[in-house]
Amino acid sequence: MLETFGHLPVAWLLFAVLAAAAFMAFYVGRTQAVGIARGYTSQLNSQPNYHGYFVAMATIAPAAIILFLYLLFGESLVRAQIAGELPERIRALGELELGQYIDRISEHATRRDALATGNALFDATSDRYTDLVGLSRIGAILLAVLAAAGGFFFGRSRLSGDFRARARVEDGIKFLLFLCAAIAVLTTIGIVASLLFEALRFFSRVNVFSFLFGTEWNAQTGADFGAIPLFFGTFLIAFLAMLVAAPIGLFSAIYLSEYASPRVRSIVKPILELLAGIPTVVYGFFALQFVAPIVRASATWINGLPFIPDGFLAAQPTSALAAGLVMGIMIIPFVSSLSDDVINAVPQTLRDGAYAMGATKSETVKQVVMPAALPGVIAALLLAVSRAIGETMIVVMAAGQRAQITPDPTADLTTITVQIVALLTGDTEFDSAKTLSAFALGFVLFIVTLIFNLIALRVVKKYREKYE
Amino acid sequence: MSSPTEGPANTGSFVTEEALRRLKKRHGAEARFKLYGQLAIGIAIVALVTLLISIFGQASSAFSRHVLSYDLNIEASYVDPDGTRDPDEIARNVSGFNLMLQDQLADEFLPEDADRNVQRELYGMFTRLAVLPIARATADSPETIGSEQIFNVALADDIDLFLKGGVSARKSIEIGEVAAGEGAIESGVTLTLASQDATEKLGATLTELTRTDVDNAPAVALIKAGNTWYRLEGSEDRNLSLTYLAGPRMLPSNGAATEALVLAQSQENRTVTDRQIAWTEILRAQGRIKSKINTTLFTNSDSTYPELAGTAAAIVGSLLTMLVTALLAIPVGIFAAVYLEEFAPKNKLTSLIEVNINNLAAVPSIVFGLLGAAVFINFMGLPRSVPLVGGLVLGLLVLPTVIIASRAALTAVPPSIRTAALGVGASKTQSVFHHVLPLAAPGIMTGAIIGMARALGETAPLLLIGMVAFVAEVPDGPMDESTVLPVLIYKWSTGAERAWEPQTAAAIIVLLVFLVLMNLIAIILRRRFERRW
Repeated sequence: MLETFGHLPVAWLLFAVLAAAAFMAFYVGRTQAVGIARGYTSQLNSQPNYHGYFVAMATIAPAAIILFLYLLFGESLVRAQIAGELPERIRALGELELGQYIDRISEHATRRDALATGNALFDATSDRYTDLVGLSRIGAILLAVLAAAGGFFFGRSRLSGDFRARARVEDGIKFLLFLCAAIAVLTTIGIVASLLFEALRFFSRVNVFSFLFGTEWNAQTGADFGAIPLFFGTFLIAFLAMLVAAPIGLFSAIYLSEYASPRVRSIVKPILELLAGIPTVVYGFFALQFVAPIVRASATWINGLPFIPDGFLAAQPTSALAAGLVMGIMIIPFVSSLSDDVINAVPQTLRDGAYAMGATKSETVKQVVMPAALPGVIAALLLAVSRAIGETMIVVMAAGQRAQITPDPTADLTTITVQIVALLTGDTEFDSAKTLSAFALGFVLFIVTLIFNLIALRVVKKYREKYE
Repeated sequence: MSSPTEGPANTGSFVTEEALRRLKKRHGAEARFKLYGQLAIGIAIVALVTLLISIFGQASSAFSRHVLSYDLNIEASYVDPDGTRDPDEIARNVSGFNLMLQDQLADEFLPEDADRNVQRELYGMFTRLAVLPIARATADSPETIGSEQIFNVALADDIDLFLKGGVSARKSIEIGEVAAGEGAIESGVTLTLASQDATEKLGATLTELTRTDVDNAPAVALIKAGNTWYRLEGSEDRNLSLTYLAGPRMLPSNGAATEALVLAQSQENRTVTDRQIAWTEILRAQGRIKSKINTTLFTNSDSTYPELAGTAAAIVGSLLTMLVTALLAIPVGIFAAVYLEEFAPKNKLTSLIEVNINNLAAVPSIVFGLLGAAVFINFMGLPRSVPLVGGLVLGLLVLPTVIIASRAALTAVPPSIRTAALGVGASKTQSVFHHVLPLAAPGIMTGAIIGMARALGETAPLLLIGMVAFVAEVPDGPMDESTVLPVLIYKWSTGAERAWEPQTAAAIIVLLVFLVLMNLIAIILRRRFERRW
């Protein structure tokens, strides 16, 4: 398989060889430049070092591109070759099953301790697969070496007294920087493409409308894919969370920016931000171990009151209310710090005007500052809602698994994120409706949060410009 | 503000009763509004404190463990039946060691003809793997075979929990001396207490601990007379009818001190039986049960037994994952920030990238997990459950955070630095890499560390790429199957046994310690190197 050379993994070895080649190319280029100038390096357009960098760049870049392409497409090339070589009766299976067959072969071939299965065709193909992978690796490495050598000679041939080496090197650096910035865009494209692709595969089996508007969800058995109960659970829990986070976050922000002394502010603000730094899995544990039992006990107590009908509240061990309360605590710092920024951005002159009219501080806040800050505050709340909808661990641990529509917050409800985790944890095959439904849910989640974020970010930006 | 009555006469309309009342109302509203703000902050702080206290409270019991110090006679017939003295053979012979421990325990605590269920109760006080360290120690020095050695044997998690005060609410009371004892150990003992007061005290404690709200089951009492333990079956006046549980098999002598241990739950409703409690109490009275610092939490990997499970593999897995994340997110993030802040032309493409990065920062983390599952695992065919894939996913996840922080640090460097560099003939690239970037470095590193801290606490995306697998060995490298701390916390929190709860809380504290350390480094960096222009 050519994974190791002696004791060294080939990938690391290759990395070391490339680095060594770069160093060598640098020194060759540098020496050549000094040679061209016959020691008077000030005669050169660029300093000798830049000539060295240029040759090193010309050597490495083509090799790196080839290796990167191999990383992306090498395996699919091998698979295509294997598919072409398989006997007619297996190729006739259809694309999907053929793909699965090759998956099994590649899995068998890459396992170090794999034993022969006894199926002659399977074993032979598996061996062939191993050979092909090894061959393609050697091919890619040879090609990379050739490209590096070509680049090296090309780079050397360009060097001359008035060659603008520095400008070329800087162009290369700029291109590298641009590539890095583009990775963020590529990530988004990757998210959209993968979610859309898998979601479309799902919708080819399940009707879009029965997914979006169906009220029965039994994905584990692969029977029903009506996502309304999940949407309901998601929004109910987000609503409960906002009931906690919005007033507490907003009032903390107002207090901190309008009333608190700088000293209090410098102590309280980091404490509030601590809440944002705690991992969500810790909140989930807190919700499960501490809040959920309290919610349950309170619900049982309410059920026991004389004027309440029996079984009025569900009082489940995991509940939407427990998840919502804890999620609200988690979101407080988002609301408070964003609103704090917005409130601070309201110009002092507006406040001074209100004070001059004899308004008290609270009147100024209620009638002058808040109306001026309103769009920003709404944006902050929208961002918080989007956070609540996408939050996973708290609901996975404390909200439950049952897909149902009930206004009772002490019942166990399930959400989009809980179902994604439930569907994709453990062994997953990428061609069952069950797995694909997770991607459809992910797509809905992505779109909904994206809309919230876009609106919020736009409002914040507009708002900032207004007062600048 | 001067008082209204001192004002000039022509402001009289402002000091009418009506106006004063309005003013008072307005000031009341002001005070209330301020109070709401204080209340909001108070609630937030109380929530944080409650969270921390509940976790530290839970975890405190996991940092120590109870062990039984036991004189074990290492008999060759059990541990090395073939007489090879081969260390590997001995270390592998866990069942032999287990049998030896069980037989020696039975010799000490059980009569010859003990019931199989009673035997099982005794053996259940230790987990099967508790002998593992003994087997290893013996394998390391085979010459100890045949001699008597003192070992610390880890008690089962339920017994440990009992010793830490868990399992059942309970109360221990003294009930005076024995006036008379009759009957037989096998069939039942009747004990007469010396004082009427003590009998009433026992009755009162039983009623007090009976919880009517839950199961309506009466509380039970275990009676210690002399060194023998009995269960209270019923009482009449000063006469207690008892069943023998454990200890010396003889009737109490007259005048022997008696104690009662009253438990809120009967043994059907708890994980530790009456007899196990009696044995535990006897061993504790003998001073053979010790509390030790639970080092397994840091040295062991995951296990199906809570008392043997540790975080070592997850810590290494987390470090490997962080390494991959840092290698991806930090250089790419810094370069992207440099491009956007210093080089990017102001055009549509640039503003698209900017909007995109801001949005990406707000995309739910689980979506990145879906991306990882679809692209890295399904499309690129990388293996599941490996730190490489986890690190790549988390790297993409924190990339926007790093970019945004780095851009803020770059903007903070004043333009005069750039113009000065350009003025002495540096190129744009040189001015950025030689002057601006070094000055922005502390801010950039602070942002990078905070991004890493976020990645360290992230759980959801890793669940989707299979890092939830059971991993019993410390991973060797980024392509080795592994798990990470937050995922381990999630897994432990779903464990059915009660003993997982303190264990989970302890793992959370390990995670929090790492996070606090990272944030401290970030704060120190900021304090030490931050320049105000």
